Amino acid sequence: MSKISLIIQREYITRVKKKSFIVMTIIGPILFAAMMVLPGWFASMEDTESKNIAVVDQTGKYNQRIKDTEYLKFSWLNQQDAETIAQDYQDKGYTAYLVIEDDLLQKPDAAKIYSESQITIDVKEHIARNLEKHLENEKLNSYQIDGLDAIVKDIYSVDIKLKTIKLSEDGSEKESSTELVMIAAIIFAMMIYMFVLIYGMQVMRGIMEEKVSRIVEVIVSSVKPFQLMMGKIIGIALVALTQFFLWVVLTVSIVGTLLAIFSNDATTIDTSKQIEMIGNANSQQIDNAQVNEFAEGFTNIVDKLLSLDLIGSLVLFVFYFLGGYLLYASLFAAIGAALDNEADSQQFVMPVMMPLILSIYVAMAAFRNPTGDIAVWFSMIPFTSPVVMMARIPFQPPIWQIIVSMLLLIGTFILTTWFAGRIYRTGILMYGKKVSYKELWKWFKYSGR
Amino acid sequence: MMFLEAKRVVKKYANHLALNEVDLQVPANSIYGLLGPNGAGKTTLIRIINQITGPDSGEIIFNGRTLQSNDVQRIGYLPEERGLYKKMKVGEQAIYLARMKGLSRQDAIKKLKYWFEKFEIQPWWDKKVEELSKGMQQKIQFVVTVLHEPELLIFDEPFSGFDPINANLLKQEILQLKENGATILFSTHNMGSVEELCDHITLINQSKTILNGQIDQIRQSYKDNLIKLDFLGDANAISAKLQGNFAIENLEKVNGHQTAYVKMLNNSTINSLINQVINDIEIVGLQEVLPTMNDIFIKVVEQSNLSKTQK
Repeated sequence: MSKISLIIQREYITRVKKKSFIVMTIIGPILFAAMMVLPGWFASMEDTESKNIAVVDQTGKYNQRIKDTEYLKFSWLNQQDAETIAQDYQDKGYTAYLVIEDDLLQKPDAAKIYSESQITIDVKEHIARNLEKHLENEKLNSYQIDGLDAIVKDIYSVDIKLKTIKLSEDGSEKESSTELVMIAAIIFAMMIYMFVLIYGMQVMRGIMEEKVSRIVEVIVSSVKPFQLMMGKIIGIALVALTQFFLWVVLTVSIVGTLLAIFSNDATTIDTSKQIEMIGNANSQQIDNAQVNEFAEGFTNIVDKLLSLDLIGSLVLFVFYFLGGYLLYASLFAAIGAALDNEADSQQFVMPVMMPLILSIYVAMAAFRNPTGDIAVWFSMIPFTSPVVMMARIPFQPPIWQIIVSMLLLIGTFILTTWFAGRIYRTGILMYGKKVSYKELWKWFKYSGR
Repeated sequence: MMFLEAKRVVKKYANHLALNEVDLQVPANSIYGLLGPNGAGKTTLIRIINQITGPDSGEIIFNGRTLQSNDVQRIGYLPEERGLYKKMKVGEQAIYLARMKGLSRQDAIKKLKYWFEKFEIQPWWDKKVEELSKGMQQKIQFVVTVLHEPELLIFDEPFSGFDPINANLLKQEILQLKENGATILFSTHNMGSVEELCDHITLINQSKTILNGQIDQIRQSYKDNLIKLDFLGDANAISAKLQGNFAIENLEKVNGHQTAYVKMLNNSTINSLINQVINDIEIVGLQEVLPTMNDIFIKVVEQSNLSKTQK
């Protein structure tokens, strides 16, 4: 077995066996699954708690205008009870009490709800909606036009849902969801950023560890320093890919299992509603959202995901992860080789991280305007392209831009790896020296063998 | 026959010249001492032989031909600054390092078993390195260095960190390795062990070779005709007799007798010394004093530094 594969093997196995890796690999998918499923679940839980709310209507205009629901009961108090309610609302079994002090048409903020525990947004909205509806009707009636009610209803029933259809090159049409595309873009960009940063730093720490523990000299008497560096970088890349792969597989299976359970359950409706809510995050239509049969909604989501060309995106993700990782890991490797301890590393790590952090900000802009100048340029520049291009991928940028950006990235990581190799070779055997940029430049220029 | 040769090796670093046309001839199956003050360039030369770094000019001849990259498998190197992966288990780590030197996994395990039994360290196999003391780690490093039965062994300060018992064990092992046919290059500041172990030495100072040769010959050539004379009797009597061709450098009382260090001047001989004093004192012992490697080291290095500053 060649020596570099021995090194890769060691790096891979020792890291994959680490507790932190195993924990992260398990917790990651649980978190992702929780982010997708829990909101819906919570929403279905909250409604089941019964609440009694006392109402003090000082104007006398709104009596019984707030409807009870299955879990929310409103008690309209008489004058006598109203005076003591502030003291004894809890004793009387109320969760909160609502005071309407004045005519709400004149003073829209005259209704106040008092409670010890924070009342939920659902309760608040229920009250506001009921009062609004009552006032709307009152106003309508004040015009005294026959059938106005029906006219208004008719006007409001106009509801355009703009469907976005993506045209493939072969002319076939696919329905896409802009919101889903945005979410996919955010996830892609964040994942690249996270993986490059976490695993790039691991390369730096690993090299520093070898240098500080002084095992490096024993090893470079068996292999070339460049082999040792590349073995480490490749081994850690494989660890990252393993983690990514496990995350995808585990998340999909956890979510799949949960959805399967929910679809046989009464809570189905809430879950599908929740997903619909995520899907329509920007629209104000949540309340009116059609409560689909769950299976239908689920198929819908899957269809939309597929229209994003998941496989293609994953391939590009792996490419941009590897490209970005190799670029940054080689720079981190050079830093690790140059320093004896992590405390000194900050002045070198910061400049390397800058473009990476910048790329996240640019990616945010790219979500809004994926074909804008900034997004296009930064998806070409190799230091930012992995994150920014991944943010653009779901919006299907022109193929030539992807190819140019890929070629630039490949060229640059070859260059940075070569650069890092030269620093590394000198740095790993250099101890107790205060390293400056000037010193690094000297190491780089110094050719040796 | 020379097993390892360095020919006019030059190595420049960004700021200084580490090796300036250094030559080295290490005979096969010998123990060769590479000496010199800190910063003289020993480690650089050792790193060049290990192909960790390359020379700017000059070449290394290994077993009769130019050193090649796969020769690293025939060299065992114990660096001065040495360490192990702290979080890795001893056995696993030893196998890894052995495989890096070209051994198969099975061979590595077989040979490690032998050495672990020999040093009675089998219980450490599944321990993490960080659980071992420094001396224990040094033992493992030694085992890993010799495991692949290299023809050339390079030890840089091998005794540092060992207690006297283990240092002695190590010494025996080094001699055994020589007996088994290995050639050993040995760098140290411990001149006692140099006298004890080495056949030849090279002394490097400020990037240049300033002394090399067989250790006995060097000591002979640096002797300053000093005789250690143990006797009973009146010291004053002989000091008068010895004037002219001899000089008493030092006189001390030891265990009931006296010891005089007598310097022989004007090519006088030991016989003439005996003739001069034989009637006045009773001679208990007489011995030519050879300079220690320590003295030679200091003397040669100081001279070399002096001549450099004068230039």
